[in-house]
Amino acid sequence: MDPAYSVIIFTSSSGAGYGLLIWLALARLTGAWEIGPVAAVVACLVALALVTTGLLSSTFHLGHPERAWRAMTQWRSSWLSREGVFAVLVYPAALVFTAGWIWDAVSPALMMAAALATLVLSLITVYCTSMIYASLKTIPRWSNGFVPPVYLIFALASGGLLFAVLLGAAGAADMSAMVLLLVVLLAAWLIKWYYWRFIDEQKVESDPGTATGLGHLGKVTQLEAPHTSENYLLKEMGFQVARRHATKLRRYALLLGMVVPAVLLIVAGNLAGAAQIATLIAALLIGLGGVIVERWLFFAEARHLVTLFYGRTV
Amino acid sequence: MTMLPKTTKKKLGLVTDLDICVGCHACAVNCKEWNTGGHSAPLTDLNAYGKDPNGVWFNRVHVYETDDGENTRTVNFPRSCLHCETPDCVTVCPTGASYKREEDGIVLVDAEKCIGCKLCSWACPYGAREYDEDDGIMKKCTLCIDRIYNENIPEAEREPACVITCPARARHFGDLGDPESDISKLVEKRGGFALMPETGYQPVNRYLPPRPRKVDVGDTGAPAQLEPAEEAKSSSAFFNWLDKALSR
Repeated sequence: MDPAYSVIIFTSSSGAGYGLLIWLALARLTGAWEIGPVAAVVACLVALALVTTGLLSSTFHLGHPERAWRAMTQWRSSWLSREGVFAVLVYPAALVFTAGWIWDAVSPALMMAAALATLVLSLITVYCTSMIYASLKTIPRWSNGFVPPVYLIFALASGGLLFAVLLGAAGAADMSAMVLLLVVLLAAWLIKWYYWRFIDEQKVESDPGTATGLGHLGKVTQLEAPHTSENYLLKEMGFQVARRHATKLRRYALLLGMVVPAVLLIVAGNLAGAAQIATLIAALLIGLGGVIVERWLFFAEARHLVTLFYGRTV
Repeated sequence: MTMLPKTTKKKLGLVTDLDICVGCHACAVNCKEWNTGGHSAPLTDLNAYGKDPNGVWFNRVHVYETDDGENTRTVNFPRSCLHCETPDCVTVCPTGASYKREEDGIVLVDAEKCIGCKLCSWACPYGAREYDEDDGIMKKCTLCIDRIYNENIPEAEREPACVITCPARARHFGDLGDPESDISKLVEKRGGFALMPETGYQPVNRYLPPRPRKVDVGDTGAPAQLEPAEEAKSSSAFFNWLDKALSR
């Protein structure tokens, strides 16, 4: 599949934003971390900015952005529509939650309800995003049980790196907090590792023989293509990344997304003040780089059944 | 509305005979010709006269080779929307632009509602949908809805453009939901099949397989072995001598 920047930005930016909202809601609900109200409001606004950037980016790739509101209407059958509905529902909850940190008009009970609603609706939205991909039977590397957990835990892991910076700024980035975020980060990449192993060994039932129904006549190969230059189908769904390049990029993703941030989190746990914040910002930026490489691979390595008609295998 | 109808009154569709398709592309060209002025008009071409032309087509003709280790065959293969009974291209649509008609089973796109998110094309394994970059919407085979119900053209011509133009009569149109229709009987007789049935979308269109090829000469009705013709000899001694002399 074509790794379009719009979808890579959409899934990684909104994922990190929802992840940060989830951590903030957890902070409020459990009271586990001491965060000042002003820092919390700034973090909430950063999260909403990331979510909004992602959603706007996904509307950029529409042919008719002015009709985007119509995408809310078919929630009964379409995961994309459900994603749109829940993405909109998050806003009122998250705005009340944001205001509640500093605005007395939001009662403690309402604030708790808003935190809980933000937590649950954010999780549902990320799940809906994952199901847009996981529901496509035409793309076996997406249509499997790994995709929803990967999307959910990557939202938590990348949002966690943002949350770590907030904790650093609030002076609450102690070793136990760092270890918790580290565990989530490692779990995310462990699941991703199993996902990569799964797609490398995946056996797909369909081949050019079943696509054309000519399999009973022997091995089916394309003798002559129907068109002389690339068409929409091949540009959108025929993108191919060389195996050796993919292997190399997976290593970069692991290095940037997991190894470096993991080390930096532990280092930051032993630091304080400006040095700690600088270390956590470095962990965030490098970690997000790893997530973007991972997301690029998610699209670039996905193969679509339509390419069978062009004599390829999936 | 992207919920699928439970049943459709008819299952209008196409049957393509892979045994006699000669791969002339007339179906693809006539499809383009009709539809660029029809329901989904225009079928935009970008850079049509440049070195990298690119445009919207509802029908594409592939050519495949099959090889069983001993014999190979060339099979011409037109590919277009199969108007599936349970198509994901309809259910994934977030806007309701994609729909399947309850009356005849035809899958269509409402150009006024489509936002051009392309997800329907991702959900189709058959490559039936092509995005029009110029219009910013998705386009697909309409089964020539503007021909088959068109009372302004003679009744005999109320067939999809690809069917009516085929010089080999390799394409057929009709109600595949009616077991008594000519097209259903043809499918029954020739062992028509659906493409990629394992994906579960239940295509309506059928393809007729190439007939078994006659590989041995005996199967064709010709003598299994040929005898050399008797050498012709002229009665004239002079010509025999001349023939010998010139053959030397």
